Parts: sequence; C-alpha cells; structure tokens
Amino acid sequence: MTERARTPPDDQPVVMAEFASGPALLDGIRALRGCGVSRFDAFTPYEVEGLEDLLGVRRSRLSWIVLVVGLIAGGGAYLLQWWINVIDYPLNIGGRPYHSAPAFIPIAFEMTVLFASAAALFSALVLGGLPRLWHPVFEVEGFERATIDRFWLAVGAGDAALDRTRDTAVLEAAGAMRVVWLADPPARPAMPPGGAW
Amino acid sequence: MTQGDRSSARPGSGAAGAPGTPPAEAGDDILIGRPSDGALSEQLLSTTWRPFTGGWKLAFAISGALTLLLFCLITLTVLRGIGVWGNNIPVAWGFGIINFVWWIGIGHAGTFISAILLLLEQHWRTSINRFTEGMTLFAVVQAGLFPLLHLGRPWFAYWLFPYPSAMGVWPQVRSALPWDAAAVTTYFSVSVMFWYLGLIPDLAALRDRGPTRARRIVYGIFALGFCGSVQQWRHYKVAYLLLAGLATPLVLSVHSVVSLDFATTGVSGWHSTIFPPFFVAGAILSGFAMVLVLIIPARRVFQLHNVITPWHFDAMAKMVLITSWIVTYSYIAEIFIAWYSGERYEMYQHLVNRPFGWYGWAFWLMVFCNCVVTQLFWSRRMRRNLTVLFVAALLINLGMWLERFEIIVVSLSRDFLPSAWHLFVPTWVDLGILAGTLGFFGLLFLLFLRLVPFVPVAEMKQMRAELVAGAHQEARP
Repeated sequence: MTERARTPPDDQPVVMAEFASGPALLDGIRALRGCGVSRFDAFTPYEVEGLEDLLGVRRSRLSWIVLVVGLIAGGGAYLLQWWINVIDYPLNIGGRPYHSAPAFIPIAFEMTVLFASAAALFSALVLGGLPRLWHPVFEVEGFERATIDRFWLAVGAGDAALDRTRDTAVLEAAGAMRVVWLADPPARPAMPPGGAW
Repeated sequence: MTQGDRSSARPGSGAAGAPGTPPAEAGDDILIGRPSDGALSEQLLSTTWRPFTGGWKLAFAISGALTLLLFCLITLTVLRGIGVWGNNIPVAWGFGIINFVWWIGIGHAGTFISAILLLLEQHWRTSINRFTEGMTLFAVVQAGLFPLLHLGRPWFAYWLFPYPSAMGVWPQVRSALPWDAAAVTTYFSVSVMFWYLGLIPDLAALRDRGPTRARRIVYGIFALGFCGSVQQWRHYKVAYLLLAGLATPLVLSVHSVVSLDFATTGVSGWHSTIFPPFFVAGAILSGFAMVLVLIIPARRVFQLHNVITPWHFDAMAKMVLITSWIVTYSYIAEIFIAWYSGERYEMYQHLVNRPFGWYGWAFWLMVFCNCVVTQLFWSRRMRRNLTVLFVAALLINLGMWLERFEIIVVSLSRDFLPSAWHLFVPTWVDLGILAGTLGFFGLLFLLFLRLVPFVPVAEMKQMRAELVAGAHQEARP
C-alpha cells in the first residue's frame, strides 16, 4: 500500500516503512541498502540490537562532555572550598591546617557527580534534538505505534538512489507492513550525511 | 514455553546457556509468558488509566490525613521551636536525626537496584527499577525535612550553601554537616534526573497511547518530543549508562557522609571507623525491606504477576539476607572493638548500656529484627512466601529504625560525664511527625503509581526481545 502526503520541507524523510519487529526492520534496511540506498533513519520503541552497527552509527560523544563537565565541577568545588577556607574566611579550628585536602574531598566529589549527571541528561536531550514540539514523522498515519510495538524505517530526502516503484516492492518483499511515500524521490541535497536530520 | 526459554531467562545463564541447568519450575522466570510488545505496553501503561480501586482510595485517604497531620505539626514546630520535641541536652539529636537517617537509608535500595544492578547486568532489576527509584525520591523528600526542621530556624537553611553573603561569612567546609547538605541535595537531584531520563520513552508511549486528549497533551509535554529515532536512542543509551555509573559511587557516598556526621565526633558509640560501610549496608537492608513492603501489595492490586515474579522476590530476599549479615558482622565488630580498646566509656557503652541499660529492650528487639528474622531466608520456600516476606520486611524496617535509635539516643543519653546523663522520651509531636512522614511518603507513592507507568515499559520490551533472541540462539546447535 502506498500513500501520498503533502510536499515536505528539506529535512524530511521521503519514504517510511512500518515493520512488526526489530529483526524485520534490519532485514528491510539490508534489502534497501542492496539497491544502493544509504540515508537511513529508524524509529523504534526500544533500542534494537544490531541497528546501530548496521547503520554504522558511531558511539555517542556524550561521554566526553560528561567527563569535561565533571572535572570542571569537581575542580571548581575544590578550588571554591580552598578559597573560602584559606583566603576569604579562614577559621582556626584547634590549630588544624586551613588547607585540609581530605575534608574538601566529599563536597568536590558530590559536585562532580551532580554536574556530570546534569550534563549527561541535558546532552542526551540536546544531541537527540529535544525538546522538539513537532517532527514531520508525527504526520504519518499510524506512526504513534512507533513508541509501542512498531518499527519504522525512514529514508531521508537527498538520497538519489531512491526509486518509488522498485523500493516499494523491495520493502514489501522484505516484510514491511506498510510503505508510505511522503514525497516523490527527486533528490534534494539538503540532508547532512550520516542519517541525522 | 520451551525449556530453552526458561533457562535463558535466568540471569547469568545468558545466550551461551548453562548445560545441565536444572529444570526450572513455573514462575522461575523474570518474565512469565513472553507477552508481545503490544500486550506488554497495554498492560504496563494502563496502570495510569485503570479505574481507581477502593483499596487505593482508602490508602490515599489515610495517607492524606497523615500528611495533613505532618504539615500541622511542622507548623507547630516552626512556630514554637523544637522545644515541642523530646530533644534535650545531652540527647540533642533525638527523633529528628533518627528519622533523617532512617528515611535516607531507605532510599538507597532504589539506587542500588536501578544503578548498581544495571551495571552488573542483572536483568531482573528491569521490572522493579522505576518502582524503587520512585521510592528513593519520596524517601529522600521525607529525609530532607528533618535536618531542615531540626535547624530550629529553617528559614536560614540556605546558610549551609556557599553564597556571597553580605555578612562576609562562608560555611565551614571542614565540618561534616555541609558535606551532608551537599550529599543529600546531590542525591536527590541525581535521582530525579536518572528517574526522568528513564521515564522519557514511556512518557512518549503515553503521549501516543493515552486514552484521552488531555492526557496525551500533558504526557506529550513531558516526553519533550521523543520519537525513538536512531540519534535519540544513541545518546540516550550512553547517558543512561553514565548516570548509572555516576549514581553508583554516589549512593555509596551518601550514607558514608551521613555516617561521618557521627564518626567524626568523639561520642562513644559514634567514633568508629566501621561506620561508613556499616551505614551503607544497613541502608540497603532497610531499603530492600521497604521495596518488599511496597511491591507486594502493588503487584497484587495492579495484577502484575507476570512481570514481578517469584524470581524477583527470591533475589530480593537474598539481598536482605546478605546485607543483614553485613550488619550483624558490624554489630559484633563494634562490640569486639569496644572491648578490645580497653577504654572505659566504650566498654560501658557497648557491653553494659546498650544491651542491659534503660533502653536494653530496644537493643534486643533490634537484634531480633535485623539479625534473627532474616535468617528465615536461607530457605527457598520462605524467600518465595509473600506473607513471610511482608511481615519480615516490616520487622526489618522497625529494626533498622531501632538501630538508629540505638546509635543516636542510647549513645547520647550516656555521655562521658555521668552528671550530664539524661534519658530521652519522645513527645506526641515526635511520634506525630514520624507517622506524618509515613503518610506523606505513602501519598507521594500512591500518586506516582497512578501518574506514570511504574514498571519501565520500553526496558521491559527490550528485555523481552533479548530473552527471545537468546532463546533462539540457545536452540541452535
């Protein structure tokens, strides 16, 4: 079954296909890749094992952001404590040293964890393009099951290898329950490489 | 269900499969029946829109009344000062700090299950992790109330945090109390973030599946537009693992820092290097007990017998048994070290005052609850008997509360100077506030059960897919 929706802007998928399971989705990608198509994205209710490998997605850089933020926060907390206790407001407590490194560690550690965690949460959202009020794929009928039990494959605009008749047949042969064309295949060069838009 | 299905469900057997695994009984599985993705979603999401049951309403009414009591008594405490509590000199810490330590300890099992067991790849944690994270959040809310009120002037609580004040004064960061403020606020914030990140895919599912438009809009706002694209999952996965990795040392640090409030002082019964690990083990023991108290009724009310199975109870009872032994070892080590030190006050505190003093009954009740009752769980039958588990869990919660009573009240009431000795008797306000926090905790928990899916749906579906894939792999020669 094929449908026609309205003309999309540049950052839209051109064709989407619905699959009943993760392995079926992987089969669909392999079949279409066999025809030379390369700009894939997928929408799944949970992470599908093997999907990232198949699409050649690199590991997220998020860990580096978290590391840097954590180190800055921890170092900053230590420096702040040192400045408070040694420079700005030194208190003599039984003659103990003002710069008491062991006593500064708990707060430095807690601040490392606090800011690193916040960095992890917010980076995951921002790198994933969130928050986002609307996404072109939301317009596809039946797409709401992508968070429940359907696995959607999308091929982005700009993939010159797409061919409407051939790819519909290829996807259906690979087990797609539905193939939806959101636009005609003519290539648009606007999509960045790597499958992200 | 095939034999391969069942054995692959046992954490540890994995895809390779253990040859010679003994035949598993029905119910010896972390997910009974392998329901389809759609059926699992329907079952687990529907907890938010099923009609209210009479039991839930009754529980809500009781919790609501106790919450009201709590806020009245908080008002009284703030208006009149903490003289309305039973605190005195030398027992200056009283119920306020006992309840603080008890509540924050309860939170620990939640993070233990959601973070540490995730890193250890214990798949059975999946179905109970959000439930226990919720428990953590609400327990920390209760815990946070106490130090705040115990300040006497809670409106000055912000003095604990470093800010450039017009008075030119800074907190004394070499004291354990600002450490505590940092640890508890960090613990709460990180727990909220971890919990929310885990919720996002399920909020998106509720946005797409919610029965009414209003629900879809509200959940849609909190889902932030998540649609499960490759990019989103790619970063999500790493962030979730990193948060688990960060929460793991955090949870160990929080009760360690709490224990340092005690250990850095000179009071006999407090001044002990065993405190950090001892407190952490006790925290996890009381937390697992609280998980059992909450999950046994919730599983029954929401009919979740296929996702929370006897396997889960078995595993949790084993954790109770292990942590109970660590706590028992710590009790013995404390007494031994007191004797070995040869120090008069230490020996008096541990060998005379605690077991045979005025509060001796509390010591023996504590030993019974924390060390004796838990020995039931050597038996597999007892680990899977929900009535036994429920009653034992209540007793352990009582026992862990008494442990903090033992540490705080019993130690302080017999200080170094016999002329300063003074007993502690709680007032009705003390008891009312303790009951009130139980009610407030229950209220927040009951709301949580209705507002979000308390079994993580996306994670359950993923676990199911892995179990099925593992079974196929196992079936191959």
